[in-house]
Amino acid sequence: MAALFALAAVGRAAVLPDDRADLLWHDWQGGGVTVDGPSILVRKSVNDSLSFAANYYVDMISSASVDVLSTASPYKEKRTQGSISADYLHGSTTYSLGFIQSHEPDYRANTGFFSVSQSMFGDLTTISFGYTRGWDKVGEDSYLNGRYADGGRITTWVGDADHRNWQASISQILTRNLLMSLNVETDESDGYLQSPYRTARYIDPEGLVQTEAQVTPNTRTGNAASLQLKYYLPWHAALDGNYRLYHDTWGILAHTIGAGYTQPISTSWTLNGTARYYKQGAATFYGDLFPFEDSQNFMSRDRELAQYHDLTLGLGASWQFHPSWPRWIEKGTLNFSYNRMHIAYNDFHNYTVGGGTEGVPLYAYDANVTQFFISLWY
Amino acid sequence: MFANLPRTFRLGLAASVAAMLLSACSIQPWVKPYEREHLADPIMSFDRNPVSDVYLDHVFEVREGARGATGSVGGGCGCN
Repeated sequence: MAALFALAAVGRAAVLPDDRADLLWHDWQGGGVTVDGPSILVRKSVNDSLSFAANYYVDMISSASVDVLSTASPYKEKRTQGSISADYLHGSTTYSLGFIQSHEPDYRANTGFFSVSQSMFGDLTTISFGYTRGWDKVGEDSYLNGRYADGGRITTWVGDADHRNWQASISQILTRNLLMSLNVETDESDGYLQSPYRTARYIDPEGLVQTEAQVTPNTRTGNAASLQLKYYLPWHAALDGNYRLYHDTWGILAHTIGAGYTQPISTSWTLNGTARYYKQGAATFYGDLFPFEDSQNFMSRDRELAQYHDLTLGLGASWQFHPSWPRWIEKGTLNFSYNRMHIAYNDFHNYTVGGGTEGVPLYAYDANVTQFFISLWY
Repeated sequence: MFANLPRTFRLGLAASVAAMLLSACSIQPWVKPYEREHLADPIMSFDRNPVSDVYLDHVFEVREGARGATGSVGGGCGCN
């Protein structure tokens, strides 16, 4: 939810974000999981130097994922998230302060953040620093008879996780047509960092596949650096590109590369297309099938820690309108966005297909990600 | 006090402080305000649709091992 509170865009003098309201409906269908729900953001300035924002976000989850089918029964649950923030502009400096609260039956998260942003060199350059602190409470749900359908949810709180996060960024006007943004971020987490629902698989002395609880380190430090470029094309279009490098102390090395093209086709209609490729190496303690029980100090078959890649292609359309009523609305946009995501794992097999260890295919799936949203400026 | 900060962040901090010190020199903007018409066009915004961008960041964050440095300032999502 962080970017809801992104600071003043480059290319403009230090100003507060626009007063606007956004109502979005999101829908994910993929990997046996459906997640949909609304997101509502309202931002309003009190005067030229103080602005407030509030967001309410919901994920309604219906899951029969490959993990769930392997070790548990399908379930439904709801995650809600609320956040508030304030931005204060003083001269060329913007100070931001906010709080985010997330609630799931088996997970609670409270996050506070502060950032400062300074515009300089005649507003050619904007430098930002941010600090975020998070406190999570991790639980594990179980059900009567072990089946969600039978109801009787019982949540057992299994641990806490703390997060400290530092961000720094430089946004730079390079030419009259080119913008650049450089970002670095460090995230330190400690506590209960694993999913209580994921297991490790091993071969027992009889040659049969068994499962045991996964064990991950209780600290993790990740570093990320990214470069974003945006170029204005002479026929009134925009081309953008970005690259991100990520590495953490669990041994994951990841590359993300993306590109986008935005083309207004009339005064009302704007179309855009995006492509994004992501690739990561496995964590050092990840294994699809361990040779025997407790064969390592740390063992995990969490597929977010596996070696895999994904490709996401997106299309979007936006229609701008100027309503005659109510008069306090300056303009609005109706927007549609569709993304198709393909994820393919290199060392995570789909054990829900077939049995044993022979002839089991690697896991891969496609997802459809759809968004409808309306934005109003006032 | 800076010794306790993560190394990557220290590097970013040092680069940013250097830029701030440079600002004390009278560097003239090489792209004048009246030359920023293209840059001020809404299609050149890095966060034209903040709610949608944040949602997609969330989609990737919960399914990928990497996170951060998306150009935004603030908190992440606490969720499993």
